Amino acid sequence: MANVRFESVTKRFGDVAAVDAVDLDVHDGEFVCLLGPSGCGKTTTLRLIAGLETATGGTIRIGDQDVTRVGPKDRDVGMVFQDYALYPHMTLLENIAYPLKVRGAKLAARSERTREVARNLQIEHLLDRMPGQISGGQQQRTSVARAVVHKPRVFLFDEPLSNLDAKLRLEARAFLKRLQRELGVTAVYVTHDQAEAMALADRIAVMDQGAIVQIGPPLEVYRAPRTTFVADFLGSPPMNLIPVRLQDGVLRNDAFALPAPRHLRDLGRHEGQDLSLGVRPEHLELCDPGAEHAISGETFGLEPLGPETLVSLDVGGTLVVVRVFADEPPRLEGDAHVRVDAEHLHLFDGDGVRID
Amino acid sequence: MPSTHQDSTILTRRTGLTLLAPTFAFIGLFLLFPFVWVVAISFTDRTLLGAAAADPQFIGLDNFRQLFDFDSWMRSGEFGRSLVLTVYFVIASLIGQVFLGLGIALAFHRRKGFLRETIFTLVTLAWILPEAAIAFTWTSFLDPNGTLNTALGAVGLTRPDWLLDAPMASIVMFNVWRGTAFSMLLFSAALGNVRPSYLETADVLGANAWQRFRDVLLPMIKAQLATALILVTLWTFNVFTPFLLTQGGPAFQTDIMAIHTYRIAFRYFEFGQGSAIAVIVMLINFVLAGVYLFALKRGEGAR
Amino acid sequence: MNLVRFVLARVGFSAFVAVIAAAFALPLLWLILAPFHDQATLSVSLPTNPTLDNFRAVFDNQFAVRALFVNSMIQAAGAMVLTTLVATLGAYALARIHLPGRDVFVYVLILFSSVVTGSAAMVPVFLLIFRMGLIDQHLGVILVFTGGLLPVALFIMRDFMQSIPRSYEESALVNGANQWQMLRDVVLPMTRSGMMVIGIWAFVNVWGSFLIPFILLRSPDKMPAATATYSFYTEAGTPVITLISAYALLYVIPVLVLYLFVNWKYGFQFFGGIKS
Repeated sequence: MANVRFESVTKRFGDVAAVDAVDLDVHDGEFVCLLGPSGCGKTTTLRLIAGLETATGGTIRIGDQDVTRVGPKDRDVGMVFQDYALYPHMTLLENIAYPLKVRGAKLAARSERTREVARNLQIEHLLDRMPGQISGGQQQRTSVARAVVHKPRVFLFDEPLSNLDAKLRLEARAFLKRLQRELGVTAVYVTHDQAEAMALADRIAVMDQGAIVQIGPPLEVYRAPRTTFVADFLGSPPMNLIPVRLQDGVLRNDAFALPAPRHLRDLGRHEGQDLSLGVRPEHLELCDPGAEHAISGETFGLEPLGPETLVSLDVGGTLVVVRVFADEPPRLEGDAHVRVDAEHLHLFDGDGVRID
Repeated sequence: MPSTHQDSTILTRRTGLTLLAPTFAFIGLFLLFPFVWVVAISFTDRTLLGAAAADPQFIGLDNFRQLFDFDSWMRSGEFGRSLVLTVYFVIASLIGQVFLGLGIALAFHRRKGFLRETIFTLVTLAWILPEAAIAFTWTSFLDPNGTLNTALGAVGLTRPDWLLDAPMASIVMFNVWRGTAFSMLLFSAALGNVRPSYLETADVLGANAWQRFRDVLLPMIKAQLATALILVTLWTFNVFTPFLLTQGGPAFQTDIMAIHTYRIAFRYFEFGQGSAIAVIVMLINFVLAGVYLFALKRGEGAR
Repeated sequence: MNLVRFVLARVGFSAFVAVIAAAFALPLLWLILAPFHDQATLSVSLPTNPTLDNFRAVFDNQFAVRALFVNSMIQAAGAMVLTTLVATLGAYALARIHLPGRDVFVYVLILFSSVVTGSAAMVPVFLLIFRMGLIDQHLGVILVFTGGLLPVALFIMRDFMQSIPRSYEESALVNGANQWQMLRDVVLPMTRSGMMVIGIWAFVNVWGSFLIPFILLRSPDKMPAATATYSFYTEAGTPVITLISAYALLYVIPVLVLYLFVNWKYGFQFFGGIKS
């Protein structure tokens, strides 16, 4: 086991910097999720750790070792691929034992260790099958087994759940988390699914255009997104972002005027500027028209989801989503009004950067 | 995304070049070197044995001058005559193979079953079975007492001694029989890609069979048609198999280019002369292959 | 009116199919039937006294047996193994390393091999093999065939290799394999079916080809069945039709079997003008 450290790592493909001067420190035994849209550089970052890409600049360390120029076979990592990459001509036993075989382990030792790992992952009864004869979920576990069998220093996942159907995905997610806790192995996990990242990670690193925009514990990132990009990417439905202007300590919009929240100490510097006001859908609540600081809008649509209902309102030309927790969908038509506690307001400057 | 990672670290350049080394060796030795060497030899008076074998002399363009000696080159067994015979042979074979192949492909278009399987298997076997065995069966097929004449006699037609009386017709017939499979498979694959809805639309519009072929099918297989025409030309131009039927005779009547080259170089062992012929043949091949690539490039847009 | 047209079309179709079937079946049918006749026949007919004597006579002829079961086998199997091996390794490298002009390379090769072909190419190739001291050697024949088959084999194999996801090889490397272990344990096993296709194609090509052994081999004890069959019916004075046809049938059988095998296993696939 070991930590992983990126010091100003850059990877260029031609003129494009897929990873741009990234600093990253994954602690020993920590589970870090790289989260972002496709093309953000998260997969390239993972492949840089595996050694499947060679960094154009910077230094990559695993433990005490500088691995920047070390090939994948000498990095001592385990990796689960998106398509699992199980060798179709080998049985599950041979697949899982392969990392031990190329390291020169004796047949008996190989077989014993493989069975131990397979038992742990509940696939021991399948070891004589070929990959083509087992289900997707079993393939996924086999691929996890192969990645952990030689006790790697770091455990890498490249969207390992994206080929599973929704129900299996939830199961596999819980399973992976428990396994990582048990093994206590350092893990880096790439995904574009924010729920997956929230559920699994000790820390989430949100990436955009080759850079890490924000890194921190899931709830911290969720509660205090550093930029509008992060605010928009985490949460489903995402945070509402409403254009406002700060005038005389009041946030103004064609549809409403709210007193600027007092807990934001840096707000004074933005007097007279155009800002984005962010509110999570669950922090908005429907209220009477006369309520203090009520925001008025026109009902746009209702989406009853069972335990909750998503209500969209047209607030001065911006669509605002409100999450209403109630067994019965609210009866709404025409004008509607919502309010929010000042402590739940987020503000972002003209460049989309959070104002604290 | 990973698919664009062209310079991936899977294979180091060193390992890659090691793996390619045998390929480069074979290509260099048996493809590039002969090509260059044959040009060099064509300027010498090289023979296999004797003084000119040990120490061939540079004689400039003499070999080529001899080939294109317009006083004698049309005589029986000479280079010009062979070119003319080859043109006959190629054009007749081309028409036969492409039409027959297209005909079979059309006849069985959107049909399945035993009859189609049988015909396709027979035609394909004619193509892939060893040429020496096939030539032998054809020698007997064309014999005065062979199957062909038995069949012709049964319907009251004359029974010529094919290989003696009509040697050129014989090798054309043979070559069409042997090579039709290529056009047939090519066209039937192309026709298989035509969406049935196009044909149904034509049917609804009341097109007859000919209109349906001309307006719907033909435009869709144009690219394959060009491919077939040029490749068959290239192959037929170089085919040596008729030698097994006629040895270029009788009296050089089937002395097509491949057989002519063989005779000069390996019967008379005139390597200088043979190389000059080889150079001309390869030049012609080069032009044909160039036309093929050009057509392919243009056809890509059409497909 | 429509009915008349329909009947005419059916009759036309049937006539066309009948003529085609007869034209392609009769020569092949003769090849199958003639060996079982006790007396020579040049025309297709069912043997009245079916006999296996002709095959027995063939097996008594040492030259013929050697040509078919030793020489043809050595040359076809040798070129098959060499072509498959060289093409597989080369095609893999072409599919996975970045070389300038890599994509053009294979096309230029194909173009070149269709220019340097036939008896024209044999002029310098003969001199080359002569210089190498390989005239009248199995090895010479094998090398020349391999050189000729290689471009197309590379082309097919490269296509095949490019269809294999890179993640298999990447996972081998991450699992700790070096390049050669990756090649042996993952790449080669995964390309088995492609190698099989190339191998069969190369074998059938060499097995049936006449010109190259005809020019490069001199002594009867090196001749493959292709040139042996030919020498039987041209140089043996009055050819013994029954014997030669029995021999030709034996000679054809491996190709027939391989065709049926390929047809059953893959369907007779078509690689842009290449026999497979």
